[in-house]
Amino acid sequence: MMVLISYDVATGDKDGQRRLRCIAKECQNHAQRVQNSVFEANLDYGTFLKMKSRLLAIMDKEKDSLRFYYLGNNWKHRVEHIGAKPGMDMEGPLIF
Amino acid sequence: MRKMLNTLYVTQEDAYLSLDSETLLLSIGGDVKARIPFDNIENIVCFSYIGCSPALMGKCVSQNIPINFISPYGKYWGKVTSGTQGNVFLRVRQIEVFKTHNLELSINTIVAKCHNAIQLIRRSQHDNEALRDDTEVQQAVAILMESIDGAFHAADGATLLGIEGYAAKTYFGIFNKLILNREFQFSFRTKRPPTDPVNAMLSFMYTIFTAEFAAGLETVGLDSYIGYMHALRSGRNSLACDLMEEARCIIERFVLTLINLKIVGMEDFEQFVTGAVYLNDKGRRKVLAKWQEKKRTTIKHDYLNETIPLGLLPYVQSNLLAKYVRGELTQYPNYLQKGN
Repeated sequence: MMVLISYDVATGDKDGQRRLRCIAKECQNHAQRVQNSVFEANLDYGTFLKMKSRLLAIMDKEKDSLRFYYLGNNWKHRVEHIGAKPGMDMEGPLIF
Repeated sequence: MRKMLNTLYVTQEDAYLSLDSETLLLSIGGDVKARIPFDNIENIVCFSYIGCSPALMGKCVSQNIPINFISPYGKYWGKVTSGTQGNVFLRVRQIEVFKTHNLELSINTIVAKCHNAIQLIRRSQHDNEALRDDTEVQQAVAILMESIDGAFHAADGATLLGIEGYAAKTYFGIFNKLILNREFQFSFRTKRPPTDPVNAMLSFMYTIFTAEFAAGLETVGLDSYIGYMHALRSGRNSLACDLMEEARCIIERFVLTLINLKIVGMEDFEQFVTGAVYLNDKGRRKVLAKWQEKKRTTIKHDYLNETIPLGLLPYVQSNLLAKYVRGELTQYPNYLQKGN
């Protein structure tokens, strides 16, 4: 299942900066960074729920926002990339 | 059904793999080329002299992701996995069952291998009219059919090996006729080293597929080094080789496709002074990319009566073998290629 995750973290104070780092780190552990605060996670549903609950534990619901876009398994025709740094297809051949 | 995850192939000599919390970092010359979460991969195959940080190896061991090391020319060197785990009782059963039932298992494997070879030839005949009337091809099919009968009546391992040898010789004897792209020629099977491009590709892909079978066997807790047909030899995945026998046709069909559709050409190989022929870097990448694609295609598994991605076959067969060893199945159902 492909989920697009984007976030906005209020970084006015020290704690905000900490939350931003933690959220970015958590996202990076399970998803691919496609833009500065946009991640694509290609996970099974269970793993995704675990990740989501960890993100919710980090965020401050008063100040930050998190958005999940569920793109399903047939996500390929729903995503179009234009410009620099096209993302890697985690399902395609990984050959370096 | 288990989800099929991706395999990471590393072919560049200067690549370095390291760990960054839950992700794998692949860097070349200090630049991070890729960051891959462990959730997305289940197997790492390294060619050539890749650097791998100890922290990464530790993580992969704990996540049950094997790191396979294979020489650029497809010789299997070894792998990093956790110490043998899984069920000791299953492994003890495995040794007992293989000792007492090795002939029965071997017969079934040889029969499956011959059956799949016939299916491959029939498939080629279906695609190419000229092969349908070719007497040599027809004869080969007849011999393979006789081999199936013969194998069922084999009284001991030696007889069986004789039948297998004759069947393989017949099969590879007409293999050249299945190649439609006349740039490639196949006269007979050569290995260690392969001496022509067709053999080079076959050997290379057999190694890759065997490593996948070994990974599948380890996942279900069987010992991939203790086989029933291949003689035990330290460092050889004998059981993975045994299971490979029935799945060889997949590799052979794959190689034929690459050649006949002109996906690979002569420029993808290099020849050494010794006469050895190997895939070069570009060729290796092409073949692996196609293989990754092929693994995503689905096949109908007759025994399970389910459609599965081809890449899961090693895992499925290992699972069935484990069930047989445990006594849940009275026979191990070999993989049989479907007809047209």
